[in-house]
Amino acid sequence: MPLTVDELKAKAVQVRRDSIEMITAAGSGHPGGSLSETDLLVALWFRVLRHDSKNPQWAARDRFILSKGHGCPALYSCMAHAGYFDPAILPTLRKLGSPLQGHPDRRFIPALEASTGSLGNGLSIGIGIAHALKLDKTDARVWVMVGDGECQEGQVWEAAMYAGAHGLDNLTLIVDYNKKQLDDMVKHILPMDPLGGKFAAMNWNVMEIDGHNMQLVVEALEESRKVKGRPTCIVAHTITGKGVSFMENDPKWHGVAPTKEECAKALAEIGA
Amino acid sequence: MVRELPMGPATREAYGAALVELGKSNPNVVVVDADLSKSTYTTKFGKEFPDRFFNVGIAEANMVGIAGGLAHSGKIPFCSSFACFLIDKGYDQLRIAVAYPRENVKVVSSHGGISIGEDGPSQQSIEDVALAVTLPGFVVCVPSDAAQARDLVKRAADHKGPVYIRTGRPKVPTIYTGGEFPFGKSRQLEDGKDLTIVANGLMVAEALKAHDALKDDGITARVIDSYCVKPLDAEAIERASRETGALVVAEEHSRIGGLGSIVAQCLAATTPAPLEQVAVDDTYAESGTPQQLLEKYGLTWKHIVAAARKVLGRKARPSTPPTAGKAEENEPHPFEV
Ligand SMILES: Cc1ncc(C[n+]2csc(CCOP(=O)(O)OP(=O)(O)O)c2C)c(N)n1
Repeated sequence: MPLTVDELKAKAVQVRRDSIEMITAAGSGHPGGSLSETDLLVALWFRVLRHDSKNPQWAARDRFILSKGHGCPALYSCMAHAGYFDPAILPTLRKLGSPLQGHPDRRFIPALEASTGSLGNGLSIGIGIAHALKLDKTDARVWVMVGDGECQEGQVWEAAMYAGAHGLDNLTLIVDYNKKQLDDMVKHILPMDPLGGKFAAMNWNVMEIDGHNMQLVVEALEESRKVKGRPTCIVAHTITGKGVSFMENDPKWHGVAPTKEECAKALAEIGA
Repeated sequence: MVRELPMGPATREAYGAALVELGKSNPNVVVVDADLSKSTYTTKFGKEFPDRFFNVGIAEANMVGIAGGLAHSGKIPFCSSFACFLIDKGYDQLRIAVAYPRENVKVVSSHGGISIGEDGPSQQSIEDVALAVTLPGFVVCVPSDAAQARDLVKRAADHKGPVYIRTGRPKVPTIYTGGEFPFGKSRQLEDGKDLTIVANGLMVAEALKAHDALKDDGITARVIDSYCVKPLDAEAIERASRETGALVVAEEHSRIGGLGSIVAQCLAATTPAPLEQVAVDDTYAESGTPQQLLEKYGLTWKHIVAAARKVLGRKARPSTPPTAGKAEENEPHPFEV
C-alpha cells in the first residue's frame, strides 16, 4: 500500500536513524549525502515506484538506480523496510560477507538495478534500460538519482544530451542538490548553477523543488510520470546531513562516520 | 620466526609531503586533483601553493587533459585521484593528451589495490598497473613504503616524460629509512638460492615475512622489491631466474597484466623458470577490513609461502630439497646443465 505523506515522513525518520546507526556500526561511510537524499528515496520506495519485493525481477517493475552509490545506507534501509531483506542485517553494512556492500553491488542484491560507486555511470545505464523497456512495450519507468557533485562528470552530460534528444519520457532523473561534494562546497570547487537550466537546454522537462518537503516531492515524482515526449529532471534542493544540526551544511560530514557519542546525539535530534 | 616491521605512514601520505617539498624547490610543479584531495593528500600542496593547485571537480577525464595542457606549456603537473578513477576514467586522455605526445605529466594515484577495504570494488583498483604499463613511454612504479614513495615522487619530477606512481590507502610497514630508487632498477632485500620472491607495494613486507618463514624450514629465498614495473629491472630478474631457478611474484593487483605478467614475459624471452603468482584472481573483491580482504583474496605472507612450496615442487631439479634444510654447496644449477 502506498503511504500517506504523514506516514512517509515517519518512514523518513526511521531511515535517517538507520543510516546513522549503520554508518556508526561500520565505522566508515557517507552520512551527509545519505541524509540529504532520504526524503526523496522514501517517497520513491514507499509511494511512487511500481515494485514488488516478493517478485524483485517482475518485468513490469520500475527501475531505480542510485548513481551516487555512496548514499547506499539510506537505500538499503528503504529496501529493507520495503521487504527486500530483513532489517536485522542493516548493522552488517560494509562488513565482510554482508550483502550490504560499501557501494551498491548487484552480485549480492540482484534487486539493485546497477552496481554503482564510480560517479557518473548511472544515467547512461538508465537510458539503456529505458530504451529496452520501450522495445519491450512496457510502461515501466526508470528513475535515476545523482549527486550535484556527480554532475561534474562529463558522462552525465553526454547522457543528458542523449536522453533529451531522444525524448526518453520513461525516464526521471533526480538530482540531490545538496550543494556539497567531497572536498568542499560545490560552488567553491566547480559551480553547477544554473543546474536546471542546463537540463532544460537539452530538452528535459525540469522541475525545481524543496527536496525535504514530502508533499512536493511526491507531487513532482508522480507528475513526471505524466510528461510525454521528454525526460524529466527533478532538481531537488536539499541539505547535507539533513536532520542532524551538527552535520547540516558541513562538507566535513561527507564521508566520515560518527563516533558513538555523535551517533547518540544525532539520533536524539532525528527523533523516533 | 617471522619478522615484525615497524608501521610507517601510508604511501599516499608520503606523496602529499613530497609534493610540498617539490612545490618549494620547483616553481613549475603544479597539482591537479578531482575532488579527492583530502584522500590523495594533495590538499597539503593546495594549502601551501593555492595558485598552483587546481581542483577540477569530479571530472577525471578533464583533469588528465588539463594536466596534458599544463605540461605542454612547460609546467610539471602532478595529477591525482583514486587509482581506478584516475586511470580508468582518464584513459583516453592518458593516451591522447599525455602518452602519445609524450607530455611531461606525473600521474600519482592513491587507493591502489583492495587494501582500501570497506568501500568495496567500485573504489578498489586491481587493473591500473596493467592499463598504465601498456601506455607507450610511461614509467610505472608501485612503492612499498613511505621513504621509497617519497624518493620516487621526487625522481618523477626530475624525469622528462610521463610517470605513473601508484600509492595506497593504509599505513604500511617501514622497509627503508631512505635511499635511492632509480627507475628501471629494483632492490634486493634478501639473498637466497632456492627461489626468488619478486614483489612490490605492500606485498614487499609480506615477502620479507615469507622469507623468514621459509628460512625456518631451511629454504632460502631471494627477495626483490620490484618497485619499478616498467621499465622492469630485467637484468635482476633474469639473474634471479638463473641463480635460483624458481620465482614467486607477489602484487596487490589482478594476476593478469601486472608485475607477474611482466616478469613472466621477461623470463620467457630470457631464462625461463617455474613461476607462481600471488595476486588477485580474475575477480572483483568486496567490502571488508583491509586485513580481511588481503587474507580472503590471497595476499599475505602465508600465501607467498604456499606459492613458494608449489614453485619449488615444479623446479626441474631443486638446488635444495624443500624439506631437507641443508643445501648442497656446489650443486649445478638446473639451467646451467
Ligand atoms: C568517479 C568518481 N570520482 C570520485 C569519487 C569519490 N567520491 C565519492 S563521493 C564524492 C563526492 C560526491 O558529491 P555529490 O555527488 O555531490 O554527492 P553528495 O554530496 O550527495 O554526497 C566523491 C568525489 C567517486 N566515487 N567516483
